[in-house]
Amino acid sequence: MRRFGDFDTCEDAVQEALLAAAQQWPAEGVPANPRAWLITVASRRRIELLRNETARRRREDAVRYEPEPVPASAVDDSLTLLLLCAHPALSTGSQVALTLRAVGGLTTAEIARALLVPEATVGQRISRAKQKIRDSGATFKLPPPDEREARLTAVRQVLYLIFNEGYTASSGARLHRTELSAEAIRLTRLLRSQLPDDGEVAGLLALMLLTDARRPARTLPDGSLVPLAEQDRSRWDAAAIAEGVALITATLASAPIGPYQLQAAIAAVHDEATRAEDTDWPQILQLYGMLHALSPGPMVQLNRIVALAEVHGPVLALAQLDLAEDDTALRGHHRLAAVRAHLLEKCGDPGAAHAAYLEAARLTLSAPEQRYLLARAAALGSAGDH
Amino acid sequence: MKYLILIQSNERSLAVWETLSDEQRMEFGRGHLQLTEEMTKAGVCVASEGLADPSLARWVSVRDGRTVASDGPFAEVKEHLAGFYLIDVEDLDEAVSWAAKVPDAAFTQVEVRPVLDMSGWEF
Repeated sequence: MRRFGDFDTCEDAVQEALLAAAQQWPAEGVPANPRAWLITVASRRRIELLRNETARRRREDAVRYEPEPVPASAVDDSLTLLLLCAHPALSTGSQVALTLRAVGGLTTAEIARALLVPEATVGQRISRAKQKIRDSGATFKLPPPDEREARLTAVRQVLYLIFNEGYTASSGARLHRTELSAEAIRLTRLLRSQLPDDGEVAGLLALMLLTDARRPARTLPDGSLVPLAEQDRSRWDAAAIAEGVALITATLASAPIGPYQLQAAIAAVHDEATRAEDTDWPQILQLYGMLHALSPGPMVQLNRIVALAEVHGPVLALAQLDLAEDDTALRGHHRLAAVRAHLLEKCGDPGAAHAAYLEAARLTLSAPEQRYLLARAAALGSAGDH
Repeated sequence: MKYLILIQSNERSLAVWETLSDEQRMEFGRGHLQLTEEMTKAGVCVASEGLADPSLARWVSVRDGRTVASDGPFAEVKEHLAGFYLIDVEDLDEAVSWAAKVPDAAFTQVEVRPVLDMSGWEF
């Protein structure tokens, strides 16, 4: 995982600097630059996390198993239902449908319209899911304490999936799909009201708010995608950004850090830049480095390389991309080709960028993305003719 | 994720069809009906149809605002779409496992194609 020695040293230095800055702040003072504060808090939390992890292991070695008592009075039906709908015996598709039906209260027809499948299909999925839960012997009560955290992770994932189903819609049944994002935000608020101290629930809500805030600028009236760098930021939802930033800032300062919080912090740094060129890429790179350490994955790796290109230039980023290609999860992935095209374009190699855009367009499963990638390739093709 | 399972009719599949007994042909048809039912029960079936003979097809074009429908150049066509299953499943692996249950897969082969969706990304 940590094989890019030079870049690591570089990132470590950034972190050192941030930590040094943090120590200079008065303990109770509000920093002048909230973005810098955000990342510094995140850095500090990471160190605490690592310390806590070591301490936890030591404790676990000493005490084999000690379940934490769950205060039954502190929870109501909606939390129990959310946990039940995320039962591990169900496929994620079934978890999504059941959550929307049982907790969201959507009708089968509404869910079908939102997920773009026939009503009968959704009906079958839900009744089958209920049957599977019955067969597994689960009852309408909270899972045992030792399963609770894993189940909560699944609940967060289901809510994020519902959000993304709605957020990524850009045409066709767009209206219904947008309602899906609003529903995901509503359900996450509900979950947060039940678990106000869960940092990852708060992080997830902040991530949704900060992402959804960009919706008005994200697509053109014809449904085509506008990349983040080219969006009209005056159309972003300022109230949603303010709520999201306040939430993630408070959460990073108080809860054990997690992947949703880091993703929300990244979204917050993007959302706080009034112009794309004002984006604080060193902070974003730092946050992706932390996210990569905490929860590595192909998309995190690619996004980190994009951030790296903004901070250290496209040549270094391309070298890392070549190394990343050894990862089997990334090989043949359209986003790898898309990022390569983007970096080659920045390097001033329109011929190679053109070919990489075309390859990415061939490999993508997203219609708007394909249109965008073909347009980028076409723009480079005509530029190359001159 | 939606996937389309395509069943083509071509010289090879027709040659296989010729070798089947009546009972095998009945079994083949029942296999399709059972598969549709199984997909529906599993909550993955979006649509599934078998297509009528291509001699019944019309080729439609619009030129200068005028619609022209003609009999196709079907005589030269060696391969045509005979049927399809449109399914909504978790991933390609699950789509392949459904495709493996299509009766045609046991004799010739079927094709699994991902359907373009409306998702997007930002970087």
